[in-house]
Amino acid sequence: MIDHTALWTVIILLGFGSFGLRFVFLGLIGDRALPEWILRHLRYTAVAVIPALIAPLVLWPAANGGETDPRRLTAALLALAVGATTKNLYAALATGAAVMLAGNWLL
Amino acid sequence: MPQPDPMSSQSPGFGTHAPVAPETGRTEFRAGFRRGFRDGLPFLLVVCPFAMLFGVVATEAGLNVLETLSFSVVVIAGAAQFTAITLLADQTPTLVVLMSALAVNLRLAMYSASITPHLGPLPLWKRSLTAYFLVDQTYAAAALDYEKHPNQSLASKFGFFVGVAMPICPPWYLFTLLGAWAGNAIPEGLGLDFVLPLAFIAMLGPALRTGAHRVAALAGGAGALVFAFLPWNLGLIAGAVLGMIAGAEAERRSAKGAAQ
Repeated sequence: MIDHTALWTVIILLGFGSFGLRFVFLGLIGDRALPEWILRHLRYTAVAVIPALIAPLVLWPAANGGETDPRRLTAALLALAVGATTKNLYAALATGAAVMLAGNWLL
Repeated sequence: MPQPDPMSSQSPGFGTHAPVAPETGRTEFRAGFRRGFRDGLPFLLVVCPFAMLFGVVATEAGLNVLETLSFSVVVIAGAAQFTAITLLADQTPTLVVLMSALAVNLRLAMYSASITPHLGPLPLWKRSLTAYFLVDQTYAAAALDYEKHPNQSLASKFGFFVGVAMPICPPWYLFTLLGAWAGNAIPEGLGLDFVLPLAFIAMLGPALRTGAHRVAALAGGAGALVFAFLPWNLGLIAGAVLGMIAGAEAERRSAKGAAQ
């Protein structure tokens, strides 16, 4: 269970932090340009953070006692392949869900 | 909702470059608002299911309806909200939760920088309002519109931004709420724990646009697995930093290769 003090701390501070990131240039810095090397790293934050977040969840799912589950692994790999080729978020989501449901039904 | 022609607001008797009276400002705001609202409508298809998914995932993680809705209203950033919920459910220390979710949101600072040349001259309260509503979709739509119509007035640009935010942000709150109610009704044991990784994977696939993006993703994932032994989910931070460095380096090399 999630601790409710921690939860509200995260909601409020993440709200402030996200607003700060959105406001930083618009409100405070004006239109001065950022150094190119910083922009180059910023471009890859999302695509670096997301796999770092999900790789352990896919390989060692808590719902399966931390053991690799072929059903979840297949769903993840197929969803990634479909998303990367079709560039369509919903096609990827539907593929993953279909594998999970089919696995449920077969096993 | 029928949209009147945005150009009809420029009264035919006057040139479009007449000096800006407050009256003209309001007219231009309204014309921009209507154009923005129309451009924002297709995003309903993306925002509504995604917001519902967040509502379901958050309630599955043990949040009540008020907490789930507050998340969407206060933070108003999908990927960061999903990140925070995942880590909170995993008993991660608050500081690591915040660092990870803010790292996912760093791109918002880029949007802020990119939109400043257009909306920077607005008064502070309007800039604050813009900052609050600055999300992936509002940014993308506004950046495109300002590029397409470079000669529009400040009032028209601000009108467009507020207009495009209307079919994007309020539905984000509303459908989070619907998802939270739906999540309470879904029975356990359907493998719903995996909806969240799947949602992230679905976001990731279309984002792997270039070789450098793929390198960043691969290094990020591999780094997190290698450093999974670290306490407090710090493997995530290690993986993310490695991924960013790898992506930036791959881009630098491919740019150099192209220049030769």
